[in-house]
Amino acid sequence: MAANSSNSKQANTRRKATQTFLLCAAMLALLGTSDPATRFSEIGHRMMCICGCNQILLECNHVGCPASDGMRNELTAALNRGDSDGLVEQSFVQKYGPTVLAAPTTKGFDRAAYIMPVAALIFGFGLIVLVIRSWKNRPAPALADGLISVRGAELEQFRDQARKETDL
Amino acid sequence: MAEIGSFALLLALALSVYSFLAGLIALVFQANASQAQSPQLALKPAGQATSRSATSNPTLSASYDSSLAAMLRQGSERIGETARRAGIATFGAVLLASIILVICAFHDDFSIAYIFHHSNRDLPGPYKFAVLWSGQEGSLLFWSLLLAAYGFVLRLRYKTDPRLFAYASVILAGVQIFFLLLLNFAAHPFAIMQGTIPADGNGLNPLLQYPEMVIHPPMLYLGYVGFTVPFAFALGALIMKYPGEKWIQITRRWTMVTWAFLTCGVFLGAHWAYSVLGWGGYWGWDPVENASLMPWLAGTAFLHSVMMQEKRGMLKMWNMWLVFATFWLAILGTFLTRSGIISSVHAFAQSSIGDWFAWFLAITLITFLIFFFKNKSHLRSEHKLESLVSRESSFLFNNLLFVLLTFTVLWGTWFPKISELVQGNKVTVGAPFYNRVAVPVALLLLILTAVGPLLAWRKTSIESLKRNFMWPTIGAIAVAIFLMVTPQGWGSAFGLKPWRDISYFYSLMAIALSVLVTLTVASEFYRGGRVIAKHTGQGMFASMVQLTHRNTRRYGGYIVHFGVVVVIIGFAGAAFNQDKEQEMGYGDKMTLGPYTLICRSYTDDDGPNYASEWALLDVYKGGKQIGTMTPVRRFYKASQQTSTMPDIRSTLNEDLYLVFEGINPDNGHPILKAHLNALVMWIWMGVWIMLGGTILALVPNAPVPARVPAPARLERAHPAPVATGD
Repeated sequence: MAANSSNSKQANTRRKATQTFLLCAAMLALLGTSDPATRFSEIGHRMMCICGCNQILLECNHVGCPASDGMRNELTAALNRGDSDGLVEQSFVQKYGPTVLAAPTTKGFDRAAYIMPVAALIFGFGLIVLVIRSWKNRPAPALADGLISVRGAELEQFRDQARKETDL
Repeated sequence: MAEIGSFALLLALALSVYSFLAGLIALVFQANASQAQSPQLALKPAGQATSRSATSNPTLSASYDSSLAAMLRQGSERIGETARRAGIATFGAVLLASIILVICAFHDDFSIAYIFHHSNRDLPGPYKFAVLWSGQEGSLLFWSLLLAAYGFVLRLRYKTDPRLFAYASVILAGVQIFFLLLLNFAAHPFAIMQGTIPADGNGLNPLLQYPEMVIHPPMLYLGYVGFTVPFAFALGALIMKYPGEKWIQITRRWTMVTWAFLTCGVFLGAHWAYSVLGWGGYWGWDPVENASLMPWLAGTAFLHSVMMQEKRGMLKMWNMWLVFATFWLAILGTFLTRSGIISSVHAFAQSSIGDWFAWFLAITLITFLIFFFKNKSHLRSEHKLESLVSRESSFLFNNLLFVLLTFTVLWGTWFPKISELVQGNKVTVGAPFYNRVAVPVALLLLILTAVGPLLAWRKTSIESLKRNFMWPTIGAIAVAIFLMVTPQGWGSAFGLKPWRDISYFYSLMAIALSVLVTLTVASEFYRGGRVIAKHTGQGMFASMVQLTHRNTRRYGGYIVHFGVVVVIIGFAGAAFNQDKEQEMGYGDKMTLGPYTLICRSYTDDDGPNYASEWALLDVYKGGKQIGTMTPVRRFYKASQQTSTMPDIRSTLNEDLYLVFEGINPDNGHPILKAHLNALVMWIWMGVWIMLGGTILALVPNAPVPARVPAPARLERAHPAPVATGD
């Protein structure tokens, strides 16, 4: 009985800790997102000016730009209407084309842009593991006649000695 | 003049072709001579003689073959020497062509189309010199000149290892032929204008009329072109199955020099973008910028992994691939810049020569693949990995991350084109993509930069790692906490709340890891210095200087790491940037961060090369005037283009960056944009430190004082040799 009660208490504590953690994480994630100026800056930095200057919308710096002023006004209007981030981006894409977004989306083929580096990392990591395995399994290089390879505890002893004598 | 220039280019092509063919013939004959000599005299078993006379009289046959081999060798040596001299003369011919083009620019010879398109009479002298690399034909000529100059040095130093240098010389001549073919038949810098000679030229692109543009392209090109030399050595060593690792030592030094030039070129480009383009940033992830970053990343990976080959005879195949990839990516960069296949804001010269580059890239790849698969058995590792916690495995992961970064940049650069091919529409791959993908990888690399130097070759005990790592880790965590709890008013990097924004989190991580790297580097200097101080009785500083001088490569490398850390801190400052745009009439005020700007005046000016509009602003901080700033906008008459000249006031904490954006047509008031860019100066300081470390690493080591071995200790045990180096 005592063991069951203790287990139940532990499970309860774990559940509460998990809930607290999730709540904190959600609060942290939501911090600052409701501020219109922050949203304007965030969304504006996820878009490009389409005048050909190849700059982020909010960084386009030339006076008389035929595009950026209008685009900024549209963004402000959309945020004032209370449009969600996704809706704002979608309406810009519909009007100006997909190049208006400063980075590929996470939908359709665009996902490949993000998947490939991760796949390359996993592939590279796997390759390293294979290389390390093959190296570890390789027989020790042959020694000249009469010499016996030093291994195991004896090798460790020599290593310790060398470390002590050459320790910087 | 144009005729002499054209003739010089043709002569250079002829000399290069001769150098390539004669060098090749000499190498083939040399190989045959050694084959003819060695088996007959030493190895050939009885009964396998090839000639009739050999069957009847083996002694006579051996003597005949020996003299034939000697004749072949002598003949091939003579031919090889003429090839070497032709290679040297190529430099003279290309130099002559380059000098003539520059003279034509200074003489305003607009009968030459290139000069007409890239210069004008009122262009200041230094920019007339820079005309040489301001357009496509000139920059190809400049590339060819630098390649010839590298070849010139290489061919003069051939005695270091005549056979390897002969192979490298032939490969360099092959690359040189490609560029000279381009210059003679596809992008001729001395092409003559048709019809009437114009009175004045079109002028130089305004963005290029900035003092750094006189240095930035040469540095970048020295880097790009320079990677041809390590590639030539590597391919030469692969073809000849070079015995031993001497070639890798020769290659490493060339790579370090080239890497330093490319580092300088990349960061000068960043500084130019910051100082001229007027958008307040230094890196826009533009394809042309990416083109310079890719060979730099691959070259950096090679400079690390090459140590595995030198110290342990491992990663030979991998290094071969890295050298090739670095060279290939450098050519690919030129292809991207010149072909116009990927749109870029500063691909200053686009044309149809992209096809030539595509073919050249294909030919070099095929050539490399043929020799790699033919001779890869020669590239087997000599040692095995003994432990995961070792310098070897840290280099493996270091290389993985560098190559991953290179791949990410390459993938991001090409993705718009790939997307167009696959789904029929282009997408933009800008800073948000790279921030999301590349920044975490760069942070992982920073961790390895901290851990790697603390690991010993072969195996490191966990206790030793804990001992060496504890204080730097505590220091890094303490700094991170300090930055989080301090008030924001203290400066840009203070009061960092990582939960507010992902960029703050990255910045905090970058700064904390930078502190970790700095402390590990400092502890390496301290521990080494302490040992020397104990043995010599010198002071700590003198001991550390001596330590550095004894192993310049290792400690120079640490200084480079420290420079990288300083640069990273500068990058981390981007999270705290602010900006504001405002129309500024007389006496109008603008406040940004701790600064207040008051417009004192605005006016315009007219010069022979350009007309300018500028504003005069007093800058106040804490109620006290600290200076006056004058952002300018210029209108270049010859090219009919405008360009901004931001005024930047730099401090360690932040840059106040003012841009004259234009004039309100309704009231004539200037419109100014002010940026407050945090920690930017750290980037430029870090680059200087990196270059200082590289130069130090190239300095030969001081001889270590001789020691008398203690016989008693030697008798007691014969410890296994422990690698101490880099």
